[in-house]
Amino acid sequence: MIIKTKKDIPASEITDPSVFKKRRQIIKATLATMLTGGAISSTLANSTLPVWGNLQKSPVSNDSLTVTPAEITKNHTNYYEFSFNKKEATSLAQNLVTDPWSVEISGEVEKSGSYHLEDILGQQTLQEYVYRLRCVEAWSMVVPWVGFPLASLLKRVKPLSSAHFVKFTAVYQPKTMPKQLADAMLEWPYVEGLRIDEAMHPLTILAVGMYGESLPKQNGAPLRLVVPWKYGFKSIKAIVKIEFTKRAPITTWNKFAPNDYGFYSNVNPAVAHPRWSQNSERQLGSSFFTPRRQTELFNGYGNQVASLYSGMDLRHFF
Amino acid sequence: MTLRFNNLYSLTLAFCLIPLLWLLIDTAFDNLGPNPIQALHIRLGDWSLRFLWLTLAITPLQTVTGWRGMTEYRQMLGMYAFFYATLHVLAYLLMDHALVWSVIGIDIIESQYIWFGVLAYSIIFSLALTSPKWAKKRMGKKWKKLHRFIYLAAGAAIIHYYWQLKGNMAEPLFYLVMICILLGFRVLVWVKNRQLSRLMIPTGQRVLVVPVKQFVMAETIREQQVNEPERLDESGTQHQHT
Repeated sequence: MIIKTKKDIPASEITDPSVFKKRRQIIKATLATMLTGGAISSTLANSTLPVWGNLQKSPVSNDSLTVTPAEITKNHTNYYEFSFNKKEATSLAQNLVTDPWSVEISGEVEKSGSYHLEDILGQQTLQEYVYRLRCVEAWSMVVPWVGFPLASLLKRVKPLSSAHFVKFTAVYQPKTMPKQLADAMLEWPYVEGLRIDEAMHPLTILAVGMYGESLPKQNGAPLRLVVPWKYGFKSIKAIVKIEFTKRAPITTWNKFAPNDYGFYSNVNPAVAHPRWSQNSERQLGSSFFTPRRQTELFNGYGNQVASLYSGMDLRHFF
Repeated sequence: MTLRFNNLYSLTLAFCLIPLLWLLIDTAFDNLGPNPIQALHIRLGDWSLRFLWLTLAITPLQTVTGWRGMTEYRQMLGMYAFFYATLHVLAYLLMDHALVWSVIGIDIIESQYIWFGVLAYSIIFSLALTSPKWAKKRMGKKWKKLHRFIYLAAGAAIIHYYWQLKGNMAEPLFYLVMICILLGFRVLVWVKNRQLSRLMIPTGQRVLVVPVKQFVMAETIREQQVNEPERLDESGTQHQHT
């Protein structure tokens, strides 16, 4: 099944939401027939539909990178709302309710309000972005995300000149998220933030899919942030709120351990975590006896993003 | 009796290899998850820690139950802790780093949690070297002093475990509680012996503290033997198991 996405839709030609919804109903009906019609052996980690056909690659995509097998990406992800264990988190994340989904836009912005995800997506052209994701736990993978530039959403809602930061809030769904229910470890819901120029950078995207399919729930469905030059935890999953703020938001990991996880959290091999080195990384999918990869400053995206931090002491603003 | 004893010993010896076998099977069947290199060396580390804890459990177990002759088992478990720790270190150096020393060097220098791993392993290594009976005989009193460093190794090992975590403390908490119980038991015995010695001896004769401790132990043994005198007639070795 292929959903064709139009390219570069002018604001005047945005699909009417009711038409879009009808289209979704047709898709759902088709899916239901498929599911009931044939025995589908959908394993937990693989319930990802719909499938995008040949998506156009974004010009900022790193096509020279070898993509990590999807099975690894789908089974190696942190989702502390569900469990501190990756395997358990993957299976528990299947309980997340992602339909319907809307995103609240608020703060220092002209067009604040609650937007249905479908309406947001109706205005965007989806592209494929092959990025390296570097986790603060010193592993990395290469993921072909399906998404659109965050900037193209932010520009549509017209931020005010007083908007200096963007705060992202993830879903609070304690009924399906055991660690939220238990109020365990971190402060829930999960919060992340970017400086407005970081948020507007063409590398920063909102993803709705990966490997040509919808995002699996454990990987951040239905909508997640991807900031490839920062450690993975900055790329917040299951976003329900985007807020424009005057001051830097207090982010979840930074609040939990301010000396370990800074607001910026740019990938930087020269700045070690207080308890472990960030100099090298284990590339997932590599075989035994393969050396680790030397971690690059800004995860290899220095050419595009280093200017954002010119004149800043990266040891201080880690 | 001797045969049964040896059977049990051999059985335990083989039993302790099951975790390795299990790991090899998981490796062969590609059952180590999305990050098999990490899974392998973490699992080896986990088993080293478990065997270290089991080693430290023997003395309290002996004291509580009054069982004798478990020294061989303590030695065996200790050697297994060393065995799995060695595999853990080799997996880190060979499988994870493919012996690229420049990267390994930076990793060790910048990772505080590894410092504690290195400390724990150095201690366990020296204890393993001096583990044979002839080394024990040759070292005399120094042997016991050296082997008390196992407590430091246990402390370093648990820090090594804790400090590489991002914040989830559930599983390591179990090991922390266990080691607190095991070491706390020793502190209690030590305090109790000190109090006993204080009650019995005038302050001027503190020199007798150590002999008194031995006296208390010896008396308990003699008591058992008096209560059950037939055991001695039956077999010279049987009291080792009771």
